[in-house]
Amino acid sequence: MSDTEAAPAPANTTRNTPTMTPDFDKLAVTAKELRRDVLTMLHASASGHPGGSLGMTDVFTTLYFGGHMNVDPKNPAWEDRDRFVLSNGHICPILYAILAKLEFFPHSELITLRKLGSNLQGHPDTHFTKGVDACTGSLGNGVSVGLGMALGARIAKKDYRVYVGSSDGESQEGQVWEMASAAAHYKVDNLTVLIDRNGIQIDGFTKDVMDQGDLAAKYAAFGWHVQEVDGHDMKAVHAALEKAKTVRGQPQMICCHTLLGKGVSYMENVPKWHGVAPSDDELKQALSELAD
Amino acid sequence: MTGQVATRESYGKALLALGESRNDVVVLDADLSGSTKTKAFSQQYPERFFNMGVAEANMIGTASGLASTGLTVFASSFAMFAVGKAFEQVRQEIALPIANVKICASHAGLTTGEDGASHQVLEDLAIMRVLPNMRVIVPADGRETEAAIAAVAASEGPAYVRLSRMKTPVFLPDDYEFEFGKIPVLRDGSDITLAACGVCVHPALEAAEMLATEGIQARVLNVACIKPLDEATLIAASRDTGAIVTVEEHQRRGGMGSAVAEVIAEQAPCHVRRLGMDDRFGESGDGAELLAHFGLDAPSIAQAARETLALKQKGR
Ligand SMILES: Cc1ncc(C[n+]2csc(CCOP(=O)(O)OP(=O)(O)O)c2C)c(N)n1
Repeated sequence: MSDTEAAPAPANTTRNTPTMTPDFDKLAVTAKELRRDVLTMLHASASGHPGGSLGMTDVFTTLYFGGHMNVDPKNPAWEDRDRFVLSNGHICPILYAILAKLEFFPHSELITLRKLGSNLQGHPDTHFTKGVDACTGSLGNGVSVGLGMALGARIAKKDYRVYVGSSDGESQEGQVWEMASAAAHYKVDNLTVLIDRNGIQIDGFTKDVMDQGDLAAKYAAFGWHVQEVDGHDMKAVHAALEKAKTVRGQPQMICCHTLLGKGVSYMENVPKWHGVAPSDDELKQALSELAD
Repeated sequence: MTGQVATRESYGKALLALGESRNDVVVLDADLSGSTKTKAFSQQYPERFFNMGVAEANMIGTASGLASTGLTVFASSFAMFAVGKAFEQVRQEIALPIANVKICASHAGLTTGEDGASHQVLEDLAIMRVLPNMRVIVPADGRETEAAIAAVAASEGPAYVRLSRMKTPVFLPDDYEFEFGKIPVLRDGSDITLAACGVCVHPALEAAEMLATEGIQARVLNVACIKPLDEATLIAASRDTGAIVTVEEHQRRGGMGSAVAEVIAEQAPCHVRRLGMDDRFGESGDGAELLAHFGLDAPSIAQAARETLALKQKGR
């Protein structure tokens, strides 16, 4: 784990402003509601990726509802907004559920996921979905787009931040490491990458398919500020996001240790649930486990 | 007809057979072995299988190196990523050195379905067919897939085999044989030619049946082998029918239809209409629904044939 001395903040920045402490009980209720939405959507589409969506729900709930993402649902293209790039685009059901709750689009659209004519495509697409900042789905690409957005802020002298969702499977793409060296080289400190470190990818456990070793140490070796958190401990996630904002001169990576399928007993840590939709009975059980 | 099968499933079956008959066959995948159907091979012959993780460029480079040691290498992923992520490695390390690597990639085209535009590659045929030394094959059904995989394994050098996710009818005859550079005529006719590939061949046959009820006799060609291309059969079709409609789940620009049009324009001009995606990306939806939506189902093909025939009859 690396930690650097904070350099003085540039003038006129709001980046370092601490976020108000969120109501964590309320966040937990929101996370449960979002998990139910995710499952209901995937059941309706009969395809899609529940595992990572449920696994990253607590992290993304903290990001969006814990006061970190500065966005305006009434003005999705607002130039000064914080950006979010879901580079592991397959887990977009959780992003869509969040955007619906923020009223970027009607909640009733969620069940159109992946159907012909829907605004909610199988992978995030800026042409279709308000609040989506990048077209992703091909692993490895989104991280670089996030880097470009962060560099754009430097040129425009804006103080927005860029958050990028990524994963251990995605980290197998060489492009991720090309991005990592460039971001460190250019000291891009308005970029925070949130890695879903659930140890699972499509073909099984990551250690069996293509071992990623110590991802945190690898990013640190590339010159990044690195934190490791329990991705289901929203207080810890919140603290890590706060800490990341204070870092100067380095991009930040938060390695989120999560459980694939978190919240649904039969899905948790079972690789099959990377990308299979629940059946009628499975949905029923899942919703009862996630009841308020 | 004998049921429905996705060509990727037949690929998995063909690989198993090869594993048994030839110990020089090695398979690589990029974290999609369940989807591309290389998994059965990986379980049966673990010492000859490498899962390269989500890293397609490295997979293709590695395939070239393995082939240089005398092995016959099959490399699989989704077509979008095998072709898209690794194009440069395919060009420099497979096509240029004439490496004995067969890129067998599934989930090509619109029928990939719900995953949407990011996964529905509609450019791969254009990209692969411009590469020197690369053979390009799009099997029409499960039976042809098994035959084509046996054929690419039996002949040295690079090949790209485009496979589908969606289950489609197995309709070619039991004794069907795949031959490089040969376009089989699936149905004879003298009014118009329907030239299709992959999942669009069966709808083209259905369209020919619809047209027959109206007294229009359509010849149906299965352009499974896009490269090397059987120019003689295309020229004969042009001379005999005077109008050709091509059908593929690919961009209109650069794909099989363009390959056909190149031959026809130079050697036997006639009316050509290319059906495919008209310079746009796909979107999420059910595969069959998408084919209909974008004008690639049997009724749409029949309609395009009527329109093209009318042009021919007007002599324009
Ligand atoms: C370039 C590319 N190759 C392959 C895929 C297919 N794919 C989708 S998700 C995935 C596994 C990714 O691993 P991870 O994000 O760790 O999976 P999760 O934790 O969500 O189960 C793969 C190989 C893809 N989307 N993009």
